[in-house]
Amino acid sequence: MRDLEALANEIGLKAVCGSLDKEICGCYAGDLLSWVMSHAQYGDVWVTIMSNINVVAVASLTECACVIMAEGVMPDSEVLKVAEEKDITVFSDNRSTYELCCLVGQYLKNNE
Amino acid sequence: MLEDVVRFTFNVDGDDFSSAGAASVQVKKHLRQMGFSPEIIRRVAIAMYEGEINMVIHADGGVATVEVTDDSIVMILADKGPGIPDVELAMKEGYSTAKDNIRSLGFGAGMGLPNMKKYSDSLKIETEVGKGTTIIMTVNV
Repeated sequence: MRDLEALANEIGLKAVCGSLDKEICGCYAGDLLSWVMSHAQYGDVWVTIMSNINVVAVASLTECACVIMAEGVMPDSEVLKVAEEKDITVFSDNRSTYELCCLVGQYLKNNE
Repeated sequence: MLEDVVRFTFNVDGDDFSSAGAASVQVKKHLRQMGFSPEIIRRVAIAMYEGEINMVIHADGGVATVEVTDDSIVMILADKGPGIPDVELAMKEGYSTAKDNIRSLGFGAGMGLPNMKKYSDSLKIETEVGKGTTIIMTVNV
């Protein structure tokens, strides 16, 4: 099974909150929340540079596997608190959205 | 089988951008407990969230009511905001009157009403400039 823990180990992601015991089905990149809302799917790894509280609501409603905040973006403590409450896994990473998507894509391909 | 209409009502706080989505998350939880399919729940949650966000951005909040029966889930979003002067234009993907501070939060992409239409089976807009807007969305089960 493709899961968050294996992905995090393989591409070197560090979780800032949430569980790693989740299945991954795909990957989605986007910063416009309404757009993400209508296109992200259950189990997606969502890569974004947004870090506000509404990201948590969108991740929760679309049932993404996790959010990766790219380009070194870090959520503030309030966002983390709500993410913990809603069991949303959040990573923060210095790489770009493009680089992260390539790596996630590679992982998904290797583990089909 | 639901014997009657099950109704949930939420006050959507206009000042509080951070809690926008709270009603949608609650509805989602209720529908899951009631045993609706994940696809139906997803559609309701997305349509409702967009409606909630619109009420916060444009109308200083309002009241969201969700009526659940065996056949349908009806979302009624009523606000006392400025109304929509040109509904046809507002329905266009990419058209938005949201200000820059809203856009910086990742909204205002002009996807709100189009998403609401896309994810519901019927969308009805009753609006009067200066009085407010009521949106009625139905998702058939």
